[in-house]
Amino acid sequence: MSFSEFLHMGGYAAYVWSAYGLTAAVLIGLEWSGRAELRAAQTHARRRATIAGEKS
Amino acid sequence: MFPFFTVRSPLSTDHFFMWLWFYKLASPPHAYQLLGKWRPWLFWPAIVLIAVGVAGGLLMAPADYQQKDAFRILYVHAPIASLSLMIYVMMAVAAAIGVIWRMKLAHAVAASCAPIGVWVTAVTLATGSIWGRPMWGTWWEWDPRLTSELILLFLYLGYMALRSSFDDIQRADRASAILAIVGLVNVPIVKYSVVWWNSLHQGPSLSLTGKSAIDSSMVWPLLLLILAFVLYFGALLCTRVRAEILRRERNPAWLGEIDLKS
Repeated sequence: MSFSEFLHMGGYAAYVWSAYGLTAAVLIGLEWSGRAELRAAQTHARRRATIAGEKS
Repeated sequence: MFPFFTVRSPLSTDHFFMWLWFYKLASPPHAYQLLGKWRPWLFWPAIVLIAVGVAGGLLMAPADYQQKDAFRILYVHAPIASLSLMIYVMMAVAAAIGVIWRMKLAHAVAASCAPIGVWVTAVTLATGSIWGRPMWGTWWEWDPRLTSELILLFLYLGYMALRSSFDDIQRADRASAILAIVGLVNVPIVKYSVVWWNSLHQGPSLSLTGKSAIDSSMVWPLLLLILAFVLYFGALLCTRVRAEILRRERNPAWLGEIDLKS
């Protein structure tokens, strides 16, 4: 099997590659957005911890 | 002398240490740090298994005698579809535990499942549609499997909308838990819709009790990818639950004691 045959997917290239691409994009996007959420929550928590430390 | 000393307490020392361990595990600072330690052990095996599984599905498995190479969509569609149901069950069980035992961590888990579930269910519908076009000649059909999966998407979206309609997080937890638990009836409908009704959607590929519908040369990448996606979901959940724990914490005393960078 040649590489171009592999890419061709027996004529179903558009369907197979879009299904795999979409799944990969969403799985990567979920990881990325989760990390962004954690970073935002950490920044906010650090600020609160500092304020609490100054009061006591 | 003291008869009450001879009465064996139902809370023996064994029970006591079990509960102590449980409470420690579920305490916010401890859970926050533990989930951070677990995450790489779920994430990296998932990445390796995805690489092997995708190579197996695209390169090593033979083309299907009827569907030819289009059947390879199975390797992303079926694992992501089973994940969409697994996440829902986990969300509903966590929400129920949160209501019954008033456990904050369980509510945080349930709330973190929903956004992942929405995307996973959307990808299930989209990849199914992409597969349906060349195989059935249509992007969409009001078939029992497709319709019940669409209802699953609406349940996730409804759960999130309901949560965001409350300012008070505890009321949001309780109200959304009821929705999640009631929506659980849809899970067996999705799962068995292809068995109960004569639907356009093909039957299950794998069987736990009998012979699987697909050949063993095609089955191993599917099993690897199902496991890989579950591990990947575990890693995603760790990150989101950690963020949720920080957002919910009303007592900032412990925030100063832990590492808030990694």
